[in-house]
Order: sequence, then C-alpha cells, then structure tokens
Amino acid sequence: MITPQKLPDATVTPAQLEPGHSLWGDAWRRLRQNRLAVAGSALLLVLGLLCAFGPLFSQSYQEQNLELGAVPPSAAHWLGTDTLGRDLFTRILYGGRISIMVGLVATFVALAIGVVYGAVAGFFGGKIDALMMRIVDIMYALPFTIFVILLMVFFGRNIVLLFVAIGAVEWLTMARIVRGQILSIKQMEFIEAARALGFGRRRIIFRHMLPNILGPIIVYTTLTIPAVMLLEAFLSFLGLGVQPPMSSWGVLIKDGAEKMEEFWWLLVFPGTVFSLTLFSLNFLGDGLRDALDVRTAQD
Amino acid sequence: MFRFVLRRLLEMIPVLWVIVTATFFMIRFVPGGPFTAEKAVTPEVLRNLEAHYGLDRPLSRQYLDYLGNLLHGNLGPSFKYANRTVNEIIADKLPVSLELGLLSLAVALSLGLTLGILAAIRRNTGIDYLCSSVSMTGICVPTFVLGPLLVLVFAIHLGWVNASGWYGPADRVLPCLTLGCVYAAYIARLTRGGMLEVLGQDFIRTARAKGASETRVVLRHALRGGLLPVVSFLGPAIAGILTGSFVIETIFQIPGLGREFVNSAFNRDYTLVLGTVILYAALIVVLNLVVDVVQVWLNPKLKFE
Repeated sequence: MITPQKLPDATVTPAQLEPGHSLWGDAWRRLRQNRLAVAGSALLLVLGLLCAFGPLFSQSYQEQNLELGAVPPSAAHWLGTDTLGRDLFTRILYGGRISIMVGLVATFVALAIGVVYGAVAGFFGGKIDALMMRIVDIMYALPFTIFVILLMVFFGRNIVLLFVAIGAVEWLTMARIVRGQILSIKQMEFIEAARALGFGRRRIIFRHMLPNILGPIIVYTTLTIPAVMLLEAFLSFLGLGVQPPMSSWGVLIKDGAEKMEEFWWLLVFPGTVFSLTLFSLNFLGDGLRDALDVRTAQD
Repeated sequence: MFRFVLRRLLEMIPVLWVIVTATFFMIRFVPGGPFTAEKAVTPEVLRNLEAHYGLDRPLSRQYLDYLGNLLHGNLGPSFKYANRTVNEIIADKLPVSLELGLLSLAVALSLGLTLGILAAIRRNTGIDYLCSSVSMTGICVPTFVLGPLLVLVFAIHLGWVNASGWYGPADRVLPCLTLGCVYAAYIARLTRGGMLEVLGQDFIRTARAKGASETRVVLRHALRGGLLPVVSFLGPAIAGILTGSFVIETIFQIPGLGREFVNSAFNRDYTLVLGTVILYAALIVVLNLVVDVVQVWLNPKLKFE
C-alpha cells in the first residue's frame, strides 16, 4: 500500500532528508536492482519491438511455399517452416502482435471495470459496498471460463467479443484490490480536506483517491496481462479464439501440437516464446510489487 | 456453523437459478439450432423433430417445462445423441472427468505442499531457489504447452506411455501430471509464503523453546496456519482444474465430460450444454462452500458469519 509521504517536520534534520527520495524514485531504484525484473522488461521490450517492426522487413505471414513444405530450422528459415512452407519466425512475430494486443486491450477492459466498480464500492461503503462486494463474491464462485466458451461458440469468434469476454472475467480481483485500498485511505486527512473544499464525489475519487493507490493498480495490471494472454491462448487452443488467417501464439501452439510428431519445431518454438513472455511479465509484476509495496521495502 | 452452512445452501438456489436462466435464454437467442447441421432436413422432418423435443412450443412454456424437469433431476433428452438422455451421458462421462480432476488435485497438493514447505524451512538456500524456479516454470508454461511437450518426449520419443487414451493406469500419468503441475506451482508459492509468515511468530519460538522437535514444530504447529492461503486458493483451483480438463481431455483424447461439453456447444446440443453448465456450476458452488468451512475450521480467528 502506498501512503502519501509525510511532510517533513521540524525534528527531521536536513541530513535525513538528503538525497531527496521520492516515492517513485525509490521504487525505480529498487526495480533496477531486481535482476529478474530487469531481464524480463528487456526481453519484453525486444519482443515488443520485434513484433511491431520485424514483419516490415520479412516476408508476409501468409506467403506459402508448398513445394518447400515443412523444413526444420535452417539459415534461410531460422525457426523452420510450417506444412504450407510459411516461415515460422515471421508467423510467431505476427501471432505475437495479436496475442499482445489481446493481452493489452482485454486487460484495459478489466482495469476500467474493476477500478470503477471497486472505487465506487469502497467510496460509498455501507450497504452499497456490502451488496456490490457480495455480487463479486458470488461471481468469483462461478465457472466463468465456461461462459466465455459458450459466448465464443454461439456469437461467432469475433475478436472484439474476445476482448470484452476476457475483460469481463478478469475484473473481479482488480475490483477487490481497489476497494480495499480506497477503504484504507478514505479516512485520511487529505480526503477530508478535499471534502471540506467542497469537491464533488467524482473529483475526489478520480483526482484525489485513485492517484494515491496507483501502485497496487499498476502491479496488479502487470500481473493481469499474462493471465489474459493465457486465457486467450486457452480459447485459441480449443479453436475458439483468434480465427485464420489471423493467428496468435495460442493458434500456433494448437497447430504445433497437432503436427508435433513429425515437425517438433512447430510446437517447441511458439511454446517457448509464449512461456518466455509469461515469465517476463510475471517477473516484472513481482518486481514492481516488491518495488512499490512499502511493507516489504528494504529501506 | 450449522446456520452458516444452511444459509449458504439457501443462497445457492438463486445463484443456480440465475445460471440456469441466463444459459437457457442465451442458447435460444443464438443463430442456428441443433438440427441445422451438415445434412439438410426437409421442413416436414424438421417440424416433426421440433415437435418431438417440444421446441415448437412457446419459449416461456419450454422454460417452465425445463425448470420443472430440473427439479425432478431430469435434464431432458440429448438433441444430438438419439435416444440418449443428458442424465445418461453425464453418468457415463462424469466419472472419467472426476477421476482426472481428483488425481490432478492429489498431484497438485502433494507436489505443491512438499515444495512449499521445503522452500520455507530452507529459506534462501539452493533448495529454496530451486523450488521457486520450479514453481515459476509451472505457472508460466501453460498446460496446453506442457501436455504436448510431455507427450512428445515420454510417449513419442521414449515410448514409455501411450500418447492418448484412457485405459490402463499408465494412461493416467501424463494427463494428471500436466493438469496438476500448474496448480502445484501456485500451491508451492502460497505454502512458502504462508509458512514463512507463521514460522516467524512467537508461538513457534515457544514451541521450539519447549523442546519440540523441528519436524513437530513444522508439521504440527506451523503447517496449520501456513495452510490458510492454500485453502483459500483451493476454491479457484478446483474451478480451474475442472475447466482445465477441457484442454487436457482434448490433448490426450480422454472420453470425459469436459470434451463432451465443448463438443456439445459446437453442436448446439441445447440440453447437453445446459445440463453440463448446471452440473459444473453446482459442483463449483458446493466445493467453494466446503472450502469456506475448512478455512474457518483451520483458523479460529475467522468466524462463521
């Protein structure tokens, strides 16, 4: 939890105040010391750049070469080709675009719903809070993956629906976290001051409260992205996610698993890239948690 | 406690009712029906089929009929499997999925608890780091990557087990290991965290001061408190193992209910979809209640409210 920094009072000597640590400066310093988190961010950056710009310099992901067929990794095709002679490296980059985009957009949907819901419940408290959180409790207990599967089967496998469906599943934990944080800062003086100044509820929630609980929100958002990407790949693996000719890492893994007996690289490379991405995101999320969580702060 | 359980059981009724109703109407409002399949049927046959299954009656009437039958435990006939009822199909397939789920849960608990406890009592040693990396791997390598990889290595290359099927005990190994590993990873992390917190408390020092053996301190005194985060994770874990079995049953071609559910959704077999969703929902809600009771039983600080 992040508490607003106390203003220095007269008993603090200048030496203690030196060399002016801000909350975010401290966090940044701690994050940089976490080797796993740094490695994770570097890997994510490289992957992101490759997925964004790599395809500009290589052949089309649809370009087929049926005569070539599936060949193992070679100098011409670093990660080999699939049964239609398409370059696997290029397909992984294109698939990454979709996977990463689904991860970001659906996380944003979950973030928007969860933050607003949690903030409202925490801010109003009392009966409204009890009712809203009871609904969250009940929804927690429901087999939501099953509903997402039904949605995708029945209402066409359209990518916008995919965002909404995944976002609608993943917002619950965010709502709980935001509510808890709001409850803990609700009674603090600066909120009282804002009230005394006659600010409206919306302004207090969005301008005064949310910026002060940004840390937990950022941490949990980072940890939601891999969960979302996992769900997308899960759906794609069942044939319910992204549809051809578009492709995502989940689709590539599904194809690879079907053909692995003869062409192992079709499974191993997409699986490795996907797992590495999840690793990086989780390490970054854990690193951010350690860096921003004042309870576990070392100094 | 009796009142707590009773109240939670009563609360289940509206929850299940909402699920039944939402699923029922969602299915009916989608384009395409169970009989708009590959081979076109003549309008006459279609009318007969619909009359046979009661699909020609008003929707509200069908809904009430369904609820009435449901109260008698009758989930209706399957639309796709001629002459089979949903009850029969579930009775046929559920045991397979339950066996898969329970074995996987056993794998998850035994592996996860062992790793977590070891990591906690040997904190910041090689064992701890090894456990942490193993559990991180379990979390980041999803079942649909791990499963095919295990098949590739142990079935195709080494030939130790069959790649698919569900006949002998050897066929259980890979599926249950795959499904259990992910949850073992989460359980190991939670156990480690929980144990570390408890091991730092005063009553543990007291126990050590009284001369209790280290084994006794860990297993009798610390484990009870250290298990709390694991128990609260069991609810989501059970739900995850149930839905995770969809993928596992597809990979290993296991004739369970999970694969049947996904197929029935593709086939628009209304009654089978509804029946499976109700069953899964009821299972998950009941198991969550059990988890809550165990949680209070382990932690006297909580109360049945």
